[in-house]
Amino acid sequence: MTPPDASTTREAPPAPRAVVVVNAEHLTIRFGAFTAVDDVSFHLDRGELFGFLGPNGSGKTTIIRALCGLIPLSSGDATILGMDVRQHAADIKRHVGYMSQKFGLYEDLTVQENLNFYAAAYGLSTTTAHARIKELLDLTSLEPYFTRRVAQLSGGWKQRLALACAIIHSPEVVFLDEPTAGIDPVARRSLWDLFFQLSGQGVTFFVTTHYMDEAERCGRLGYIYMSKLIALGTVADLQQLPDANPPGTSRLELEAPSISALLTQLRQFQGVREATIFGRAIHALVQTDAISALQAAFPQLSVRTIEPSLEDIFVTLTLHIMSEQK
Amino acid sequence: MTPPTHKEVPTSDFHAGPFFGLRPVARKEFTHILRDPSTLFFALLIPIIQLFLFGYAVDTNVRQIPTVIYDESHTQQSRSLIQAFAASDIFHVTTYVQSVPAMYATMRSGKAQVAIRIPYDYARSLQGGTTASVLVLVDGSDSSIAGIAVDASTGVALEQSLARIPGLTSPAIDVRPSVLYNPSTRSANFFIPGLIAILLQTMIILLIALSLVRERERGTLEQLTMTPIAPLGLMLGKMIPYGALAFGELCLILAVMRVIFQVPINGSVFMLLLMSLPFLLTVLGLGLIISTRARTQAEAFQLSMGTILPSVFLSGYIFQISTMPAFFRGVSAFIPATYYIKILRGIVLRGSEFPDLWVNALVLTLMGTGAILLAARAFVKQGAG
Repeated sequence: MTPPDASTTREAPPAPRAVVVVNAEHLTIRFGAFTAVDDVSFHLDRGELFGFLGPNGSGKTTIIRALCGLIPLSSGDATILGMDVRQHAADIKRHVGYMSQKFGLYEDLTVQENLNFYAAAYGLSTTTAHARIKELLDLTSLEPYFTRRVAQLSGGWKQRLALACAIIHSPEVVFLDEPTAGIDPVARRSLWDLFFQLSGQGVTFFVTTHYMDEAERCGRLGYIYMSKLIALGTVADLQQLPDANPPGTSRLELEAPSISALLTQLRQFQGVREATIFGRAIHALVQTDAISALQAAFPQLSVRTIEPSLEDIFVTLTLHIMSEQK
Repeated sequence: MTPPTHKEVPTSDFHAGPFFGLRPVARKEFTHILRDPSTLFFALLIPIIQLFLFGYAVDTNVRQIPTVIYDESHTQQSRSLIQAFAASDIFHVTTYVQSVPAMYATMRSGKAQVAIRIPYDYARSLQGGTTASVLVLVDGSDSSIAGIAVDASTGVALEQSLARIPGLTSPAIDVRPSVLYNPSTRSANFFIPGLIAILLQTMIILLIALSLVRERERGTLEQLTMTPIAPLGLMLGKMIPYGALAFGELCLILAVMRVIFQVPINGSVFMLLLMSLPFLLTVLGLGLIISTRARTQAEAFQLSMGTILPSVFLSGYIFQISTMPAFFRGVSAFIPATYYIKILRGIVLRGSEFPDLWVNALVLTLMGTGAILLAARAFVKQGAG
């Protein structure tokens, strides 16, 4: 498989495993009295697909904009491909791709015109642009829509075009800010297949999302809440976090006929910390010493111990922080 | 155990200058304009329609004031006086009444703005050598009409009096006013050149401000900030297509002015077009500043409209700057239209040349450059958000 850089004049740097391409250390960004990003540290390896989760307004987009050099850091350090974001913002832009849920496409222009515009915006020569556009049309299967106006494309195709425009300059790092918001599941899955294809070629992805199934596909995850990075690691790492499994508690799956009628009662039961419906069952975080009392009170329940899902973990972590703040 | 960090700093294969991105943005913007012919059509047509509307409507030469007559004398002498009034282009006799209340009623209803009452002893007084008095009532609610009606009625009386002096063949003093530059004192010649500035300004500010704010609304501006396009490259790239559009519109308006309104251009057309460029630069810059302030297209529209009234009233387009209070004279110095109207009237009416007008062009150039730099700085500061 050819690396995406092959068509540009830039030499692809040798790609040994585990080379850090994005590094943030104690990243802090303040807007006046408000701290939007508070002491966040993480790093991304080459070819990694890193998922970034957190509620709206928690600081995800701010981190992306800061890493691209658009917002000054208040303190801390950040480098991309070894370049300091404070000093090399202009150079960084040429090695970084960005795509948001807003598409960033001109609806009244054709697929071709959008690609040509972004190629020129990144300073690609006509011949480089030509070759690269052909490559991207193959990758995204957009060829049949080449002369069509963007306004006539469906959401999924627009998203593919947005990705093609975002990586027209063969960036080593791509930031995707909720790239699949509002897209149907089939289009979503095929877009993720593209991400994996590119990450296999050594492109590093930083993806923010609200979808747990997307988060589970990421190699590593970060969870940001109230401007702080409160969890970082693989799904397995997160499942082992002490805060996600408070000592003396068990994560249970409870099944019974007409389960939803029991939810309120369960939530009020002594020793039940969390309870929420998953399909035909209830996932609950229960104090281990209360399990027998629970079974005695609700004999119709079948009880099974489970590993926490990602959603369970994030909810538990968030509630934990909220209770600490009180 | 931390993995090794990325050592080599990738080298750039080009250096993005301060104007980087100008060409792709300009090309894209031209495509936007051409892709939407109806918008283009209206952008070009609306100023022309307005030119027709205001070009014909704005006529400050007072003529044919509706006049009511109450002639109590009913003599040959009184009829000749009425004829003298009617013969001056100022008065237009519309109504005759037979009583004082009817005369006042006609004035109150607005059917007449001047009333002339000739007393029953008019002819007798003239023949008897005593002074005959004639009452002229003038509606003061429109001050310009009132002033002219008073002057004109005094003139008619004086003329009639002189005609009655036996043996007087020519007056002792003969003042011959001669009007230079706009000899027929047509108000179209005076107002249309000024109107050009207002029409161009309205059109350009709105078009360019909307174009940038639309990108902000749709999220493409956010995408552009992630590319190496420089803020000045983006701004100038936007200005070139809209500047070209405005220049075409200017030529169209000048043609309509010359051919349809018959306003002669006494100076050099080339100089006029050349000296229009600094004004286009300034209003394009103004539109860019508005686009950095406005979050939505509606806001951009409001702000653009807000620039129109000061340009109409404080630029010398309607009211003479020299008669304004000092404060407003100061304000008018900051309005681009002030300088462009001087250029337009100078070249069109007086045939002024470069040495007469270069200061105005220089001020506009400085204003325009300042506006563009200001807009680019505001753009960078906001992180283009």
